[in-house]
Amino acid sequence: MTETPDSGAPGTTPAATTTTVERSSGSFALDIDRRDLSDAVRGYVNRLRSGDPGALPSVLGLIILGLIFSQVSSRFLSRNNIGNLPGQGAYIAIIALGLVFVLLLGEIDLSAGTTGGMCAGFAAQAIFSNGLHKGISGGLFWILIGSMIAAAVLAVWLKAYTGAAMIVIGLLIVATGLDKHVVFALVFAVSIGSAVGVFTGYMVAKIGIPSFIVTLALFLAWQGVLLFALNSQPIGVNNYSFWYGLAHNNMSVAWSWVYTIVVVGGYALYTIVKSLRAQRAGLAADTMQLVLVRAGVIAIVGLGVTFLANQNRNPNPNFKIQGLPWAATIPVTLMIICTIGLSKTTWGRHLFATGGNAEAARRAGIDVDHIRVTAFVLCSSFGALGGVFLASNTGGAQLDLGAGNILLFGVAAAVIGGVSLFGGRGKPRDAIIGALVIVIIPNGIGLKPSLGAQWQNIATGAVLLVAAAVDALSRRRARGR
Amino acid sequence: MSDPILELRKLNKSFGPVHVLHDVDFSVYPGEVTALVGDNGAGKSTLVKCIAGINSIDSGEILWEGKPVTLADPRAAAALGIEFVYQDLALADNLDITQNMFLGREISRFGFMNDGKMEAKAREALASLSVRTVSSVRQLVSSLSGGQRQTVAIAKAVLWNSRVVFLDEPTAALGVAQTRQVLDLVRRLADQGLGVVLISHNMNDVMEVADRVAALYLGRIAAEVFTKESSTTQIVELITAGRSGDVGLAPATVNESI
Ligand SMILES: Nc1ncnc2c1ncn2[C@@H]1O[C@H](COP(=O)(O)OP(=O)(O)OP(=O)(O)O)[C@@H](O)[C@H]1O
Ligand SMILES: [Mg+2]
Repeated sequence: MTETPDSGAPGTTPAATTTTVERSSGSFALDIDRRDLSDAVRGYVNRLRSGDPGALPSVLGLIILGLIFSQVSSRFLSRNNIGNLPGQGAYIAIIALGLVFVLLLGEIDLSAGTTGGMCAGFAAQAIFSNGLHKGISGGLFWILIGSMIAAAVLAVWLKAYTGAAMIVIGLLIVATGLDKHVVFALVFAVSIGSAVGVFTGYMVAKIGIPSFIVTLALFLAWQGVLLFALNSQPIGVNNYSFWYGLAHNNMSVAWSWVYTIVVVGGYALYTIVKSLRAQRAGLAADTMQLVLVRAGVIAIVGLGVTFLANQNRNPNPNFKIQGLPWAATIPVTLMIICTIGLSKTTWGRHLFATGGNAEAARRAGIDVDHIRVTAFVLCSSFGALGGVFLASNTGGAQLDLGAGNILLFGVAAAVIGGVSLFGGRGKPRDAIIGALVIVIIPNGIGLKPSLGAQWQNIATGAVLLVAAAVDALSRRRARGR
Repeated sequence: MSDPILELRKLNKSFGPVHVLHDVDFSVYPGEVTALVGDNGAGKSTLVKCIAGINSIDSGEILWEGKPVTLADPRAAAALGIEFVYQDLALADNLDITQNMFLGREISRFGFMNDGKMEAKAREALASLSVRTVSSVRQLVSSLSGGQRQTVAIAKAVLWNSRVVFLDEPTAALGVAQTRQVLDLVRRLADQGLGVVLISHNMNDVMEVADRVAALYLGRIAAEVFTKESSTTQIVELITAGRSGDVGLAPATVNESI
């Protein structure tokens, strides 16, 4: 033990300098101070080999499906058809994004779809009737408001302050009568979603009912509440231009460029600053070469997509359709925010730890119940937003909005993307890629009238099964080593 | 001899009808290694978890530097400077070494973590324990061997400026060389003035490294002896029978416990 450096003796947390650490004789041999491009490539290949395929299978699947459908119909790869995909799939992407949080915990939320339907139903009713209290019975209105107040109090008690704030915003919107305006009504819908999530999370985390049961019960119950919210009359939303636009309209050409430049530039700036800072502090860092290559690739893809999206894609010469669809930029923005939250904040780290080993998290002093509640609040809030996009895509709040396969498509998207149902593994980008896979199948099959619609569900099921098999096999490989 | 830094008085703990700890008195002294021994199911791990705030206590007092404290949750013990290496290793498999070592105490500003700094510190803590078998602090814990996991758990405990460290069977799963390293480390921690509690079934380890031995017998402290004034035979008797010669539990208590 003579080689033990005294400065690093236990109990006296030493000053941070990597240079004092001896790197000979195999210890920390893989911890390179300056990671360049070849190190990054080697690291990626190592991860693949050790059974952590990341996004590779889902991206490959997407490419294969794309190739198949481009043979099925020449229209598949047309800019017009590709431009329609986001509107058709945004609701799946958003519901799947929310599900990522609960799936990471090894929990499930079967009610995210019908929560979305119910929340969108209340919003539609509020706009349609010039204020929610005029559209629904007084009893239901006050039950809703009372429940939201209770949820806000519960959220504060559970330290889910962001959820509580979201609920209070919704209550303020109703109190000020703003809920008759579309934008405010939609915020109100998300706010109801937050309240739903607080109750779900409370029942799972504090009362201890398995999330499968809680959310199965709510899956059923919210379908009934939706009927009350709509007074059993569907409400169309195509006339509310903002709502209709969510799934159908595009950003202007100029704003599309601004959006892409802000996203790509933000990423480049962040990674450059991070690398410079780490190098200055003497910590392990990516070399500028690696940082620039990565940012360059992302810039080329981002700018290329934006360039294509900014061409007129309307086959009908009377008016132009161009720009990035809102149904693409909103889910992508949410994905970026979720990624930052999960990978850069202590809250995200604690969520992963809770999903990986809840007992270890508890012993490390993490408030596991709080983490669980916040995950359900996020899931239901995203579910509500997903319901809003669903109604936009289908043209209105139907009586079965959000029911049926909606939630299952969300789960399938997350799993196809690579989120593990056993908790602890998954990324927000998985939800987006998976949603693309899910939406591309009915789209591609729909382009060929001779292929009946019955093939859609069969194909989707098959893809899900393949994805799950890839996941299981790669996991077995990871264990076998 | 100094005063105990951590002291338990008349601690009782039941799980439902099972009375696991009976009026346990137990002290930890700075600069000393106290071995806590006892048969399987004697209540050693339960005692540790009561101090950690993982298990609540039914009655009794916990004194820190002579003052009563309540240790109701894991953060309270950590705040005092008490660290734990659990028998059932508390590591998250899906996180890497650094992430596990800093779990619950991430270096962060406004909630945003500084991963580079944490990695550097994790590497230093491991290097200070002469850990040679870990190739990267970014390695997932799921890919580590049992011994490597144990090392990470111990490194996690010594990363902080701790005053008292509890090690629950830290060498149970280790090979010869790594056991040697852990025992050296245990001694070194005590020599630096920390109070160390070592739980072990290996009498050789206990006799070699511990200053005192507290024997638990069916949830009661049978005796506390100095290793210098004791022998393996006596300690084994205390563990298995609750008494040895005139040291230990009164015969009546022994019978009542059975
Ligand atoms: N959470 C629990 N619920 C109910 N009983 C428990 C619980 N934890 C421990 N026990 C019981 O308490 C008793 C003491 O267990 P403990 O784990 O403290 O023993 P130990 O001395 O650490 O044994 P070993 O040497 O095998 O680790 C056992 O009878 C055990 O079954
Ligand atoms: Mg034990």
